[in-house]
Amino acid sequence: MAEIPDNLLYSEEHEWVRGDVSPGSVVTVGITDYAADALGDVVYVEAPSVGDEVKAGDVCGELESTKAVSELYSPVTGAVTEVNPQLENAPDLINSDVYGEGWIFKVELSESAQDLMDPDEYADKTE
Amino acid sequence: MSELSTPLLDKHRELGATIVDFAGWQMPLRYTSDVAEHHAVRTAAGLFDLSHMGELMVTGPDAAAALDYALVGHMSRMKLWAAKYTMICTPQGGVLDDLVVYRRDWEHFMVVANASNRETVVEELRARIAAGGFDAEVADETAAIALIAVQGPRAVDIVTAMCEIGAEDPPALKYYTAANVLLHGGMHAFVARTGYTGEDGFELFVPADLAADVWDLAVAHGADAGLVPCGLASRDSLRLEAGMPLYGNELSRDRSPFEAGLGRVVNFGRADGPERGDFVGRDTLAAVKGSGTAEVLVGLVGEGRRAARAGYTVVDADGATVGVVTSGLPSPTLGKPVAMAYVARSHAEPGTELAADVRGRREPMRVIALPFYRRGA
Repeated sequence: MAEIPDNLLYSEEHEWVRGDVSPGSVVTVGITDYAADALGDVVYVEAPSVGDEVKAGDVCGELESTKAVSELYSPVTGAVTEVNPQLENAPDLINSDVYGEGWIFKVELSESAQDLMDPDEYADKTE
Repeated sequence: MSELSTPLLDKHRELGATIVDFAGWQMPLRYTSDVAEHHAVRTAAGLFDLSHMGELMVTGPDAAAALDYALVGHMSRMKLWAAKYTMICTPQGGVLDDLVVYRRDWEHFMVVANASNRETVVEELRARIAAGGFDAEVADETAAIALIAVQGPRAVDIVTAMCEIGAEDPPALKYYTAANVLLHGGMHAFVARTGYTGEDGFELFVPADLAADVWDLAVAHGADAGLVPCGLASRDSLRLEAGMPLYGNELSRDRSPFEAGLGRVVNFGRADGPERGDFVGRDTLAAVKGSGTAEVLVGLVGEGRRAARAGYTVVDADGATVGVVTSGLPSPTLGKPVAMAYVARSHAEPGTELAADVRGRREPMRVIALPFYRRGA
């Protein structure tokens, strides 16, 4: 059973969002345990760059495992302020610590996040 | 198609495997990490459940002659206890399946077919036996037989330790030969030195009702040697590094063995050798051999990090399409993306600089001679 922490919000495309989702605040984004399980060992992460404008629901990168490749969607709209530097050499952090060291990027929100699911809603979706 | 199940399904669930549907079978994709499972086979040993593979027994006075006609290999020339990689082709020379055939007795062959093609192979063998008037029968014993593979440099130690009677056989077996042994606990097994990983290894054909006990026996004798259970994800990455084709990717009804670089499996006989009669596909395959094929299967290695996947387009330096990728992934052993692709013969020379269209961006890839990985190299 995939882990779904109760202090995060979740997107349709299986990303998690940590932090206050009102305009001007900075949130952290990663993929969920469910998504990481489906991919298998992640061997390459192409994340957006610092300064990139990302839009909720749009593709902003990709994740590659031996078995498959998956697009990375931004769950929120805003400017990228930071990208996890560890993923360049240790992409497997996404498998070993998906909600911690395996975070992917941070975004300063230009508008309120919408259409994110709470943990219960996300659990229903991935049942 | 109904869902078929390996006798080891409960075992896989206990081990926490991710289970997937594979050709109607519920099979383990991975237990923990597919990359770790891959490396275990390259450096120590891996334990695979391959019970989805089809075991078809071809028996009867004309069994050898029937397979000579039905397959592209000269099966009647096989020695007892030998294994042979071969194919069953259409009259047009396309590949219906690639097979490993074991000669268990002079009039008894075991044909191991891919799960996705098992029913086709059974039907075709029966039709060809009837068409040729051969006195032979085909029995599909897939459900009664479990196939457990132990693959990797430590496989020989592990399989030897599993034997109660016949322990001298596994280390003495040559590649592509087999023996009957008695495992500890009084379990009999047909043990073949064959595999699909590019490593030394063994495949154990055992009665389905003994599968769980044989699996446990392998774990008990393999744990100290670093044996780990491995799923189908690592099986795929291992075979791709070893340059081995996968039916449905490199092999299909639309491609001949010659295009796949496997023309050597087609035996036409020689004037100075044993006589080789007609076989299904012979005329077309002879013509293909004579004329050469427009496309050939090549290996591609990239210097970047993004891998080309099955179905992606291969282009030349000018951006013109010259081929298509059949399998590709980031190679765990090489640390680079590798792929197999059909490309125009004019662009198939090792060293040729090509590129794959990876979701809209061109990734440079160089043609190299297969395999990507050779053990001991």
